[in-house]
Amino acid sequence: MKKIFQYACLASLIVLAACQKNMNGEGADASKAGGVPPQKEVYVQGDQMARPAINTVFVGTSRKDEFNTTTPSAMNGAFYNDFVSKLTSFGYTSNILGLDKNTFASVLVTDVLNASTTGVTSFYNGTEVLTGRALADDVIDVELILIFGGATGASNPGLTSDHVNANDKAFLASFPYMASPH
Amino acid sequence: MKKRKIFITAFVCVVVAAAGIIYAADHIDAPAVTSKPTDITDVYVFRGQNPDNLVFVANTQGLLSPSATADAKFDEGTMIEFNIDNTGDNVEDLVIQCIAKNGNMRVYGPSEPKVTGTISYLNISDLSVQTAITKYGQAPAIGEENGIKVFAGPRDDPFFFDLVRFRQVISGQASSFNNPGSDTFAGTNVLGLVVEVPKSLLGSNNGTINVWAESKTATGSTSVN
Repeated sequence: MKKIFQYACLASLIVLAACQKNMNGEGADASKAGGVPPQKEVYVQGDQMARPAINTVFVGTSRKDEFNTTTPSAMNGAFYNDFVSKLTSFGYTSNILGLDKNTFASVLVTDVLNASTTGVTSFYNGTEVLTGRALADDVIDVELILIFGGATGASNPGLTSDHVNANDKAFLASFPYMASPH
Repeated sequence: MKKRKIFITAFVCVVVAAAGIIYAADHIDAPAVTSKPTDITDVYVFRGQNPDNLVFVANTQGLLSPSATADAKFDEGTMIEFNIDNTGDNVEDLVIQCIAKNGNMRVYGPSEPKVTGTISYLNISDLSVQTAITKYGQAPAIGEENGIKVFAGPRDDPFFFDLVRFRQVISGQASSFNNPGSDTFAGTNVLGLVVEVPKSLLGSNNGTINVWAESKTATGSTSVN
């Protein structure tokens, strides 16, 4: 009887060990082997990002962490008013895309990076608008022009470029594309 | 404190009176802005050298000085997840999950997430490619399987921006940018993660996808899924 108890303990330990293995996310998929459903480790969001500097510019300090953990589909509902207020404080009326304040706010607030799967990918190159983000794209100047440049792009000339127009190292034509480290 | 914004507080301008030089200091600062593996600095999505492919880049741990770069590591408890919406509703239909393990970067997917939103489970059965994480000073190690390529390791920070002046403008301390500006990110590195994927795996019907990157941390707790 004592021996049986020991075996039972041993067996449960083995089962526990097997569970443990699945718990760390590296074990075999037990459901495929006809065993217990797999226990999978839960990963919780820490940070989130798409377009450059959107959170930096438009979200107040008290809500920055909240913005980083709001799913994109919920951003418009939660942050639209903040974005309109910020554009108002910038004196925004329109931009070279002809977007009025409310429309521009609604474009900006859902922070996803649109990318073309068929054509040229560029943040903005005069032809393509938000079809991706290439390494060499001067995304900051694009955002500054769209925010401060007015309907012609010529308003507030002191605010529409940071006058840093290229990276300090050349990018590569082939994978992995980014330059070697300093 | 996340992303570029965190660096705002980092740019304490140290006036070296004797020399009359102003430094934008980035590594002398408060612990709160010490680069964390969860801090995504930038996301890029662009057409590959092979135009049938799309390249996804997510960089973390910004403003690494060259002397600090060799010690920068991907955290094995942090998943970097590219979220891809291919239906236009800004909800992820596919995820590419990347996680470091034993010196390798493993890439899972693109495949459907078990759940959408701020919680994820690793798509264990969808391992597509892995590579050794490139060490500082070594030639890039590139993994390629199933038409998918991956690189992970230190790279020059591709971002360029006069962030110091920008902060002064936004806070009302300056009324315009300098010309020429000063690239706050010149001479600094990031931990780069580059994944190149055939467009045919991205399932876009209308020629556009919406992408965002998330860092997700292992909680230690589990759930049946």
